[in-house]
Amino acid sequence: MAKIIVITSGKGGVGKTTSCASIGTGLAMLGHKTVLIDFDVGLRNLDLIMGCERRVVYDFINVIHGEASLKQALIRDKRVENLFILPASQTRDKDALTQEGVERVLKELSTDFDFILCDSPAGIEHGAHMAMFYADEAIVVTNPEVSSVRDSDRILGLLNSKTQRAIEGQEPIKEHLLLARYDVERVEEGEMLTLEDVCEILAIPVIGVVPESEAVLKASNQGVPVVHDQTTDAGQAYLDTVKRLLGEQVDLKFIHPEKRSFLSRVFGGGRR
Amino acid sequence: MNFLEYFKREQPCSANVAKERLKIIVAHERLSRDQPDYLPRLQREIMEVVARYVKIAEDHVQVTVDHNGNYSVLELNITLPKSA
Ligand SMILES: Nc1ncnc2c1ncn2[C@@H]1O[C@H](COP(=O)(O)OP(=O)(O)OP(=O)(O)O)[C@@H](O)[C@H]1O
Ligand SMILES: [Mg+2]
Repeated sequence: MAKIIVITSGKGGVGKTTSCASIGTGLAMLGHKTVLIDFDVGLRNLDLIMGCERRVVYDFINVIHGEASLKQALIRDKRVENLFILPASQTRDKDALTQEGVERVLKELSTDFDFILCDSPAGIEHGAHMAMFYADEAIVVTNPEVSSVRDSDRILGLLNSKTQRAIEGQEPIKEHLLLARYDVERVEEGEMLTLEDVCEILAIPVIGVVPESEAVLKASNQGVPVVHDQTTDAGQAYLDTVKRLLGEQVDLKFIHPEKRSFLSRVFGGGRR
Repeated sequence: MNFLEYFKREQPCSANVAKERLKIIVAHERLSRDQPDYLPRLQREIMEVVARYVKIAEDHVQVTVDHNGNYSVLELNITLPKSA
């Protein structure tokens, strides 16, 4: 039986797709058979970030409507074994994502995979609802910024009331905070919420902190998830996140600024 | 941080302001999260009745439902202005 994990946030553009691509790739690199499902119907992007956009033939909606089999629609990753992508439809509208259809596809995938990652669209509408409905765990991607934190709290409320586990009174969804685009320098200057601030407000355990990083844009330009490049800060942060997800104890990195001498702190310089 | 900024640090930084604002709004929204659907309407109607007698602002009427085991409590909190 696969573990179903939703990558969600409420607010748009915080790094869900980036995180889904790298966490999924990381799970597969560590030997776990993983499938990534893009729930962002009409605005598919996971295929681009994974670098498989030219190999999309059938999509999630085709499978739901019986126009293609799962086998036909799943795209095998070129770089890592045991990694598959199920792209979103670019042409259909969101309502094509029926709850029964989603359940059937997840059930079928469950027998064959270890992890199913659902990349949620932004917002709290139908697509986001479908992405979280059958989840066992949730990774709530949050930026250290007021509107993102507020929206994450809203999403936590929905995870606790509008999902199958909540409605059927099963064990609640296991929630993880993934703090993304963290800039320790700005935190140090008092311009950005700290990790501790966000943890205190959202009150869920941290699964990782991903620094604001130039490597992320470079990776998406190339269609190679940043986790592949373990010389980069974001790449390391994502691999650590994956290890924690698998139960390993790994210290958080990139939460303290690099040490600078007292003089350079007082007189400025030495930054960037 | 340069030499001057080093001494300007005393004033509250914007991240702290953000944190305080978030704490308040998140607490408020959590309270209203599990409330019955009729509550906003109930609150508005109570507002209207009270406003016939006293001039009050929208946020001076608070209606919440608390669930306590096998019963629920409807709590009504109206703050009146000093002059009333
Ligand atoms: N750690 C990071 N450092 C720098 N840039 C980042 C980081 N994470 C994400 N980004 C950038 O932020 C933008 C949004 O990322 P992404 O598409 O992953 O967000 P999303 O939450 O999936 O958005 P949407 O809500 O539209 O689906 C992208 O341009 C991405 O390159
Ligand atoms: Mg996305």
